[in-house]
Amino acid sequence: MISLHGLTKEFPGGVRAIDALDLEIADGEFFALLGPSGCGKTTLLRTIAGLETPTRGRVAIGGVDVTATPPGRRDVAMVFQDYALFPHMDVTDNIAYPLRIRKVPRAERRARAAETAARLSLAELLARRPGQLSGGQQQRVALARAIACHPRAFLFDEPLSNLDARLRLEARTFLKRLQRDLAVTTVFVTHDQGEALALADRVAVMSGGRIMQVGTPAEVFQRPASTFVASFIGSTPMNLLPGEVRGGGLRVAGARLPLPQEAAGLPEGAGVVYGVRPEYVDLSPAPRPGAFAGRVAVLENLGTAHLVTLEVPAEDGEPPAGSEPGGATVQAVVPEGGEPALGEAVWAAPRHERALVYHDDVLLTRAPDRAAR
Amino acid sequence: MTSDPSGLGRGGAAALVLPALVLIGVFLVFPALWTIYLGLTDYRLTGLAAADPQVVGPANYLDALGDERFLGSTWLSVQYVLGSAVIGQACLGFAIAWLVRDRRGPLRRVVEGVVLLSWILPGSVVAYLWIALLDRDGGTLNALLNTPGAAWLLDHPMLSLVVFNTWRGTAFSMMLYAAALESVPPSHLETARLAGASAFQQLRDVVLPRIRGHVLTNLLLISLWTFNDFTPFLITAGGPEGASETLPVYVYIVALRDGELGVGAAVSFLILAVNLVFALVYLRLLRARGRDADVPAPARAATRTAA
Amino acid sequence: MSGGRAHAGHMVRRIGVFAFFSVVLAFFSLPMLWLATAPFDANPSITVSVPEFTLANFRAILDNPYALGSLGNSVLQAGGAALVVVTLAATAAYALSRVRVPGRDALLYVLLLLSSIVTGTAAMVPIFELATRLNLIDTHLGVILTVSGGLLPAAIFILKDFMDATPTSYEESARVFGAGPVQILLHVAVPLVRPGLATIAVWAVANVWGGFLLQFILIRDPQRAPGSVVLYTLYTEGGQPDLSLLSAFSLLYSLPVVLMYLFVSTRYGFRFHGGIKR
Ligand SMILES: Nc1ncnc2c1ncn2[C@@H]1O[C@H](COP(=O)(O)OP(=O)(O)OP(=O)(O)O)[C@@H](O)[C@H]1O
Ligand SMILES: [Mg+2]
Repeated sequence: MISLHGLTKEFPGGVRAIDALDLEIADGEFFALLGPSGCGKTTLLRTIAGLETPTRGRVAIGGVDVTATPPGRRDVAMVFQDYALFPHMDVTDNIAYPLRIRKVPRAERRARAAETAARLSLAELLARRPGQLSGGQQQRVALARAIACHPRAFLFDEPLSNLDARLRLEARTFLKRLQRDLAVTTVFVTHDQGEALALADRVAVMSGGRIMQVGTPAEVFQRPASTFVASFIGSTPMNLLPGEVRGGGLRVAGARLPLPQEAAGLPEGAGVVYGVRPEYVDLSPAPRPGAFAGRVAVLENLGTAHLVTLEVPAEDGEPPAGSEPGGATVQAVVPEGGEPALGEAVWAAPRHERALVYHDDVLLTRAPDRAAR
Repeated sequence: MTSDPSGLGRGGAAALVLPALVLIGVFLVFPALWTIYLGLTDYRLTGLAAADPQVVGPANYLDALGDERFLGSTWLSVQYVLGSAVIGQACLGFAIAWLVRDRRGPLRRVVEGVVLLSWILPGSVVAYLWIALLDRDGGTLNALLNTPGAAWLLDHPMLSLVVFNTWRGTAFSMMLYAAALESVPPSHLETARLAGASAFQQLRDVVLPRIRGHVLTNLLLISLWTFNDFTPFLITAGGPEGASETLPVYVYIVALRDGELGVGAAVSFLILAVNLVFALVYLRLLRARGRDADVPAPARAATRTAA
Repeated sequence: MSGGRAHAGHMVRRIGVFAFFSVVLAFFSLPMLWLATAPFDANPSITVSVPEFTLANFRAILDNPYALGSLGNSVLQAGGAALVVVTLAATAAYALSRVRVPGRDALLYVLLLLSSIVTGTAAMVPIFELATRLNLIDTHLGVILTVSGGLLPAAIFILKDFMDATPTSYEESARVFGAGPVQILLHVAVPLVRPGLATIAVWAVANVWGGFLLQFILIRDPQRAPGSVVLYTLYTEGGQPDLSLLSAFSLLYSLPVVLMYLFVSTRYGFRFHGGIKR
């Protein structure tokens, strides 16, 4: 188990890369650190590894405080974004390097390296140097080197980002299976939300050195705790529309929507942000109650579906607080064949049971519904 | 990324740097400082003043500055630097670099090869090669020019040395200018050519402005090295009658052959001061143009440091 | 512009360039012809002539009491200096590259400045004095230490360039696996900058091999003198020089540096950091 308490890292010059961060990562868990560039993911991972000394706070691994322990004694293995395979050593020597440091006899460490390599389908490549390997092979050698020393935890810094798109998908599946087989605690840094959702048991979404939300992929996808998380997660960003409570319902982008149960406590006139994923917006060619009236502005082909961007004109009368006077944009994903024509007038109806309401940038929840979700 | 990726710590770093610093301190910094002190004494290699040197103040410096032999040596050094470095090496080096610039193939390799060879042969070998070439009785030059008995080294010692050092050191300028010319984008030259510029105009308007940093660097470095060059001693030993006694030769003769260490040190110090001026100008130049790729990195230039 | 005139101008230019190259080739090769012919001439004279081929001149080297030994001395001094410079410069450059010490860049610049101004010429008096007091006159160690002191600043500077250019993730990776500073230096940092180390070693060897002044000042005993000094005494001391010995020895003494240059330029391409000369 890895636990972080009040962890803060300030770099000389005043950059606070990690800001009073608390986190618990369970044994055997595949844990993803997700966030935009510069949010402190790498710094956090390096602090867990011991390559950075925290300014404040504690790091414990397996219940032991390792804040002052040098990296080599924390019994973790790290895979760097550039893999850091030693260019002057062949694959065997690279994989066996951690064992060499641990003074494992040469014959034994070669045997163990070969064994690990075979497991990652690297058996043919043992005598090659890193420069003679493809990106995917290098990535697997780096994994093998991490695995060979049987650490308590793996720390991966964007291990897939140097691969091309197709290889990345393969490597993702491979990594997931490997982690399940080994059942070693794994902390995985990525800025690709798809990768995090696909791989992790739990995801921490970071921003500005803080954790915005921790949860299972389903939780962060279905119920993002803040509009930041909501806009960051999902292959197509969530529709986030400003609105307000009015007359027992919600006024959002010109539409009158029923007041969700979780917003029942809000006073008349309270400003909210109404969120719904494009996947949960249905288009119809005819007017419908509780739908946004708009015109098709952009059509994007996603392969098996289309992403439709609607321009919803400004409401006549007083626009809801915070909305742009020029109206709003609503996106919807429609299945193949069902897409409207460009410029066509359509009505976009959000599925209310899937909608999320944010007040003061906090997701409103129904108390009894929470456990069931 | 981090300030200590290898976990050395300040202590470890100090332990790794210290041996080098000690060696540099003892054999480079200390001699430089000691030069100043020795220059203030009447220290001699032998005799009374060897056992008990007295501080004589700036007398050595003043004597040197007023001494005809010193002033004569300085003038010879100036001739040597201007003639062989600034005019000889720099011009010839540029001419060769310019004319071989877009040739590939054997001619370029042969020309660069012989020029380089004259640069890398050991100093004592090339010194004798030139003694043999210029010899009064059997020298190849006299045989070629059909001027038997012309004593080049006796009648024209400085001219001989200037030609010798041009031969010896052109390689450096040639390589530096070749690298500089490679940094001129062909598209710039083509633009000039399309506009109808002659070769000379291309050189003046496109090439020189771009390689000005290289030119300055080159001139400073080769001047510094030529100023400190001791090879003339191997060829003429300063003779005849001091006619080719450049400053380095003068110091050697006064201090280590005739034993007047104090006087020699005073002159050494004056050489140091001149070197310092060259080096400071060079560093200023580097700093001023720091980011431009125009001036070669100091480290690279330093690899070619002349002894 | 008439095509004919342009063509004529072009011809004149070509002839001019050709003449220039001919003169350059003649100028640069003329002094070296003697080195190519005399060593193989049965009766070497000071004038270049087509040799009456023989290898007997090289036997003269064996007969001279100092010649062969001086080659050994040159090897010792050059090898020793290369070893000292590479070892000390590598450790210092590594530490300076990886640990941020305040004033590091200023220190390096000052050292570099000093090494380019404190030449053998300017410092021969104190260096002679220092060596006398430290009992380093007539020792290989004296030459090695003095030369190394002068070469180290530039060597550190260049190696630091090499080290700065290697990503720190290699070392960090080794560190996470538990390697200590010494292991990281030996297993990771040194192998990664091997080309840089080779450059410095070759440069140091070339420097000592071709160097004359410091060796001339520091070594009086012909038994310990390196090739450059013994060669000098061959043509300055005592009457007519023995041209058989002189020519053969000159060639033999030149070969190592020439071969080293060929090796470096074919292996790494003759670029600027290969500018291994004094
Ligand atoms: N050694 C350092 N010195 C100063 N600031 C640093 C240092 N390393 C990182 N930072 C700063 O800390 C912040 C977090 O950096 P970090 O590398 O952890 O981001 P990241 O989330 O990994 O980003 P990316 O996805 O681009 O890799 C950034 O603002 C960065 O500029
Ligand atoms: Mg990062």
